[in-house]
Amino acid sequence: MILNRQLFAKAAAVLAVTGAVGLAATANAAVSLTGAGSTWVYPLVAKWSAQYVKDTGIQINYKSIGSGGGIAQIKAGTVAFGASDMPLTPEELAKAGLIQFPTAIAGEDLVYNLPGIKPGELILSGPLVADVYLGKVKKWNDPAIAKLNPGVKLPSMAITVVHRSDGSGTTFTFADYLSKVSPEWKSKVGANTSLNWPVGVGGKGNEGVAAFVQRIPGSIGYVEYAYILENKLAYARMINRDGKVVSPSLKGFQNAAAHVDFTKAKDFYVILTGQPGPGTWPISGCTWQILRKAAPKATNEQVTKFFDWGFEKGQSMAESIAFGPLPPSTVKAIKAYWKTNLGI
Amino acid sequence: MKGSEAASRAPLELHAASEQKSAGKTSVVPADFLFRSLTAFFAFVVAATLVAIMGSLVLEGWPALRTFGWKFLITSTWDPVSNDFGALVFIVGTLVSSLIAMLIAVPVSFGIALFISELSPSWLRGPVSAVIELLAAIPSIIYGMWGLLVFAPWFAQIEPWMNDHLGALPGIGVLFQGPPMGIGMLTAGIVLAIMVIPFIASIMRDVFMITPATLKESAYALGSTTWEVARYVILPYTRTAVTGGIFLGLGRALGETMAVTFIIGNANNLSASLLMPGSSIASVIANEFTEATTHLYKSSLLALGLILFVITFIVLVFAKLMLLRLDNSLEGKKA
Repeated sequence: MILNRQLFAKAAAVLAVTGAVGLAATANAAVSLTGAGSTWVYPLVAKWSAQYVKDTGIQINYKSIGSGGGIAQIKAGTVAFGASDMPLTPEELAKAGLIQFPTAIAGEDLVYNLPGIKPGELILSGPLVADVYLGKVKKWNDPAIAKLNPGVKLPSMAITVVHRSDGSGTTFTFADYLSKVSPEWKSKVGANTSLNWPVGVGGKGNEGVAAFVQRIPGSIGYVEYAYILENKLAYARMINRDGKVVSPSLKGFQNAAAHVDFTKAKDFYVILTGQPGPGTWPISGCTWQILRKAAPKATNEQVTKFFDWGFEKGQSMAESIAFGPLPPSTVKAIKAYWKTNLGI
Repeated sequence: MKGSEAASRAPLELHAASEQKSAGKTSVVPADFLFRSLTAFFAFVVAATLVAIMGSLVLEGWPALRTFGWKFLITSTWDPVSNDFGALVFIVGTLVSSLIAMLIAVPVSFGIALFISELSPSWLRGPVSAVIELLAAIPSIIYGMWGLLVFAPWFAQIEPWMNDHLGALPGIGVLFQGPPMGIGMLTAGIVLAIMVIPFIASIMRDVFMITPATLKESAYALGSTTWEVARYVILPYTRTAVTGGIFLGLGRALGETMAVTFIIGNANNLSASLLMPGSSIASVIANEFTEATTHLYKSSLLALGLILFVITFIVLVFAKLMLLRLDNSLEGKKA
């Protein structure tokens, strides 16, 4: 009995110590400049921070744990900034005492595995892609595909739909676009980082989707533009909202950003998919940085300094890894937003 | 109790004896007590961790279980957009992929163990055993990548044949009809089988080797074939350990995450065909946990974790009960 009691006392002591260590770690993280969240924006933040530490000596630690994790951590105040591919609504922000601003513009496209059809040869439209991902268009020689691709020899192959299996901002952007162009998609599936997919197989990450597409003849999938460039995948051209056929390009993503008025939207709550304009790429996206209003002013100041530096000096770095810099008017609006909300 | 005390004191006494016989026993008692408390403490920490993990899973999964009730277990919808969750697809996926794995792994492991212990020339035993043990040391992510990049494309070429031949069979034919993608439930089961074979095979080999030679020789002397010796002498003598090994393998198959995530196809749909993609509990948690933004979503994933915990627990309890019954029947026969 005595032994038991002593054991309990010891266990309690151990628990107390572990708890204290946990608290200390939390306190530590809050004072150093750490960020967490989106895996999409990770290459950009990593590239920027590598140069930033050389220029200023300030180290930025960014953990790419996913947008959901980033939002949770900034809410808990364990990081100085969180990054999400899906913007929070102004109501959510107000409720949690947060602010958000866009970082850079990116895009994604559909890739396919069709024997004899070259990269960029296939033309698709938003409503058609929605029907394919709903499982309604099942064969490559379906009249709906043939109509958009006169002169292309489409095989009589079954379409294998490939999607992301992990929760992802890429999926959110893709599904948000399909929701805008297909009422059926909007009502049946909707938009989120993970979805209740009607058909298809799921690959983990861009590389998982690309691996499936490269190995399954007749498959179609969606991946980030940077990934298409790097791996020279067979990409599709898309028909945009103006009815023009466009190829994915940084210019196309920036055109999408130029058409939304970031300066007017409350808390920059705008999504870049399906924007008008002749040269606009329809599946463009963006990553938001989220800050806590109640964080120490010095911390917020350091974060905004870093992103300010990125907006000014990091443009060519961003372009080299297929991220489009924000238009100057947006950068100006972000600075005004910092002033009103953080007093910085 | 007395025996264990004596055993724990033995090394200390030896030590004392080697130095000075006159060293009194009084100095031994505190060290003994300390050692016992320390070991008891280690044991307690493990038990407390188990309870704490279980407790936190229940606590975190509770909102989902309260919202969906028992229907959580039998609903196949998993819709993060409308926050509507059910675990059926993943429970079925976990059980089916593990079942396929065991159907393949158990006979193969038995063959391997029998070959090494009974049939192989003695110079071959060492190398074959070493290779099988090396298989167990391969990290699961390697199996995943190998499955995705090497095995799945190759398997995709076999699947049309399966469609034509196995798919035409009455009854079970429906299991083998589907698009030849190379990934899916069957692929996951086969790769899982390869992963658990080393565990089951090495346990079987170890216990087959310790079967007393006198028993085997007697059976051979009576004119038994090798198969009869294996079936009527070795297996009955080792069944406790063999069952233990099989369930150890099953435990690993149920919880395997990375390899399965790569090759199961990650589709949240129920399908009769084994060639179609599916999902397991571990794979869906690995896939969706990072981006689970809403409270109910996260809670549902943790509730899935709780279900996996419970399934594994049931498997272990079942194994124990079976072993108990086997032991009882063995004693009954003796009496």
